[in-house]
Amino acid sequence: MSPEILAVLGMPLVGGAVLALFGHRKRAAEINIAFSSATFLAAAALVVRVIDRGPFSAFENQLFVDALNVFLVALTAFVALTTSIFSRPYMRIEQEHGKLTVARLRLYHSMYQLFSFTMLLVLLSNNLGVTWVATEAATLTTVLLVSLYRTPASLEAAWKYFILCGVGIAQALFGTILVYLAAGKVLGSGMDALLWTELAQVRGSLEPTVMSIAFVFLLVGYGTKVGLVPLHNWLPDAHAEGPTPVSAVLSGLLLNVALYALIRFKVLADGALGAEFASRLLMGFGILSVAVAAFFLSRQRDIKRMFAYSSIEHMGLITFAFGLGSPIAAFAGLLHMTVHSLTKSAIFFAVGHAAQKTGTQMMEDIRGLVKVSPTVGWGLMLGTVAILGMPPFGVFASEFLILTTAMREQPWATPILLVSLGVAFAAVLGKVQPMVFGDTTARRLPHPPALIPVFVHLGLTLMLGLYIPPYLANWYREAARLIG
Amino acid sequence: MLTPALSGQIINLFAAIMLLLAFAMLAQRRVLSLINLFAMQGLVLTLSTGFVAHTTGQTHLWFSAGITLALKVLLLPWILHRLIRQLNVQWDVEGLINIPTTMLIGIVLVILSFNVALPISQVAGTITKGTLGIALASVLLAFLMMITRSKAVPQVVGFLAMENGLFFAATAATYGMPMVVELGIALDVLVGVVILGVFFFQIRERFDSLDIRHLEKLKEE
Repeated sequence: MSPEILAVLGMPLVGGAVLALFGHRKRAAEINIAFSSATFLAAAALVVRVIDRGPFSAFENQLFVDALNVFLVALTAFVALTTSIFSRPYMRIEQEHGKLTVARLRLYHSMYQLFSFTMLLVLLSNNLGVTWVATEAATLTTVLLVSLYRTPASLEAAWKYFILCGVGIAQALFGTILVYLAAGKVLGSGMDALLWTELAQVRGSLEPTVMSIAFVFLLVGYGTKVGLVPLHNWLPDAHAEGPTPVSAVLSGLLLNVALYALIRFKVLADGALGAEFASRLLMGFGILSVAVAAFFLSRQRDIKRMFAYSSIEHMGLITFAFGLGSPIAAFAGLLHMTVHSLTKSAIFFAVGHAAQKTGTQMMEDIRGLVKVSPTVGWGLMLGTVAILGMPPFGVFASEFLILTTAMREQPWATPILLVSLGVAFAAVLGKVQPMVFGDTTARRLPHPPALIPVFVHLGLTLMLGLYIPPYLANWYREAARLIG
Repeated sequence: MLTPALSGQIINLFAAIMLLLAFAMLAQRRVLSLINLFAMQGLVLTLSTGFVAHTTGQTHLWFSAGITLALKVLLLPWILHRLIRQLNVQWDVEGLINIPTTMLIGIVLVILSFNVALPISQVAGTITKGTLGIALASVLLAFLMMITRSKAVPQVVGFLAMENGLFFAATAATYGMPMVVELGIALDVLVGVVILGVFFFQIRERFDSLDIRHLEKLKEE
């Protein structure tokens, strides 16, 4: 029994119910922030407990915490909190622009909390079946969030998202059934054969043929949700058409969470098959995603679509890093997960306000942000520079680590990665620069934008680029050891 | 008392009917018949799960059969019938590829599934292991139906038929997943269908049609 885990999962669940009842009230945005803060505090308490007493499981082993997921729980709760702070003025402005009714706002707030709940459940669940159920539930809540504006384009995006992820996630269920089958030989049939902690102990004796087929299905399934090329089609649409806070949590959190599920299965597959099999698949899909996304970047006209492609690129890079398999690459992958999540959500916050100020998401119509609002302009510029991997931001550190490891272990991949990163750099910077500087098309907003989250995130990314606190580094190392 | 050989035969018979129904759905042009076929597939799934529960004494499979009966034979077809009555859409199902071609692709998928399932079923210790290939084939055929149909309702029926195939696979390979997981899956499916039901109305309101081909504005330039 653990009160911390109970609070981490309970807060957003209760929040979802409360906001379903009161989400239309005037103070709904504040209630949303309050519940997200409570979740974050609970996550912080959980972190303290894990540091103090090491990994543990709760609720008859159905939930568990170790170095790998506690770090993602903390990150998820943190970004969910800052996004809820950003969403308060943002959604209020959207409402005043007549894009949303009060009833929709209630749906939004309630689903926002339930979405946090499902992500945290994926992370904390020890039962791989429940992981699947929670991932599917996360899809359902985000489908409602993406279609919030009920415009033709948003309905289309949500439909595509539902169908593609529904199909993808069905493959993952088949994969999960196969893992259960492989485990049944060793652990007997029953709940134990789906518990990750149990499976990890016997992973060496899992039936290899079944595990290899299972991993392919799981990769396709969860890979759809990570947005790996060629399964990425839903991602740019869902990001572009949903409300911006939703784009921020989709990019910053949901993709990470799906990748986390995949990594858990990779650990099992490695045990059964040796490291080669899963590694090759992950590296292949990873590098394909990086290359394809980088070349699509320059063709985008919608700013949120462009940054959605950038997310595909970065998720590809992280997948590649985990595919490399060495502890240092896993360390870099985890670091990249953190800094990408922080930076990308910061960018979406700035992009959201920029789009509100100019009334468009088309990049050629957004000009001269710095003149009207220096904070939005600089937030976007610094965020862009950070995500493109310029020093001294944290993305540079993790990309540098991934590249140097690739040079040593998989030299063939280095030129592809370097060219892709170069192409991405030219494309994105070339588009963002005129949006920030030059003559302005922006106007003032009725409510002051919430830009503290942007600079808090960028500040953290900057810090991670210059200095990783020793306990955090230990933590990454511990998690990397679990993966490797 | 049934001999193991006879039980095996009966299970194979159920599996064969599953596959036949999957093909029938693929070939079906009318949306009402499509929903009825889906309900029949659910019924076959219920019967076969019940039969496996009876022969193997796996009591939790009775619950699984019960969920299938309640959800996939009664509740979901009822919701879908209501939906198409309210939407007043009983038109023919239009495919993006013509039906004979779809059937041929379907046959290729079945052969593929049997090949993939072969090494798996050698590992499985269940009396139903021979049907794993058919289960995978039903999943893939439903998937094919989803991608070749241009209307929203058939796509959703395809999605649900895929879920049927997965339940069948779970029974075939491992005598079903643990209870919590099956309940969770059932809940997800139910909520999903309700959300999609709401979507149908939204889509029709915006596009005056439930043709998914209208949903092709978002493209790369």
